[in-house]
Amino acid sequence: MPHRILDRLDRGVLRDSAALIAGLFIVGVSFGAVATAEGVPWWQASAMSLFVFAGASQFATLGILAGGGGLLAGVAAGLILNLRHVPYGLAVGDVYWTSLRAKLIGTHLLVDHTAAFALAAGADRGKARRAFWTVGAVLFVMWNAATVIGAFAGRLIADPKAFGLDATLPVILVALVLPSMKDRRTLLAGLLGTAVALGTSAFLPAGIPVLLALVGLVVMWKGAGTGDRAAAA
Amino acid sequence: MTMLAAILALAAGTYLIRLSGAVLRNRITLTPRAEAVLKAGAVVVLLALAATSTLLVEGAWAGWALPAGVLVGTALAWRKAPLAVVVIAAAATTALLRLAGIA
Repeated sequence: MPHRILDRLDRGVLRDSAALIAGLFIVGVSFGAVATAEGVPWWQASAMSLFVFAGASQFATLGILAGGGGLLAGVAAGLILNLRHVPYGLAVGDVYWTSLRAKLIGTHLLVDHTAAFALAAGADRGKARRAFWTVGAVLFVMWNAATVIGAFAGRLIADPKAFGLDATLPVILVALVLPSMKDRRTLLAGLLGTAVALGTSAFLPAGIPVLLALVGLVVMWKGAGTGDRAAAA
Repeated sequence: MTMLAAILALAAGTYLIRLSGAVLRNRITLTPRAEAVLKAGAVVVLLALAATSTLLVEGAWAGWALPAGVLVGTALAWRKAPLAVVVIAAAATTALLRLAGIA
């Protein structure tokens, strides 16, 4: 199995994903550190990173449980945060839909940044495939290593705000979706959707506003002809 | 015990969520137009996620340093700078602003 994954690694993407590593590492470390601070044993924090592999939901579920919010509330908050993976699967689900093993592993590796890298490859399916697997493998290893390190040594290094590292994850997402914004309707949909998400963030539970952003897609239906002309121009 | 149950439920639920989109997609034949809309859908969600996590931290205004850093990185990405440059510039901007006492 490992050599199969190594075969799929892409050097260009590897270099690009190096930029991701620092940002994700510090988040993973802080997850391990928060878990330890809440009295969760290291192996439970690790099991969560291994089997859930979705940062924001891990923080949410752990935080609610540690705060005495109960099992149902904790799991529900985490799952709502993860609902955004449905549109990701719809958009790039074909990328890893090859062998049964690729389907099973690829499904687990579907996260914000693997989806973004696969999307950024555009119509080049081979490139999308290499990008997805390379970033997925790198992130999975990093995330789990960081969780263990954070659980034991987190208090020494666990501030995600140090060195501005909290800026890295969002800026990478923006950089990866920018090429898609050359299509005028996608740009409009993105701006409208983002406005909806920001406007509703104040009163809706985390995870719902980014899904409501899909409302922005209405511009894709309205005036399809003008969009096609714009794309052709 | 509760934590283990939570991990199990969250892991299983998250896997099913991840599975659902891909299964649905691979079960139907997509027109190029439907394909474009699905791709745009993921782009919209990713952009909204980036924007909300840049401007808001736990539901409140994130302060100036973080959005400023992301804005600098975005401008560089717009000018087709390599991703590493984009990321380092964003992090450095945010870090320096904080160093200067701007939250």
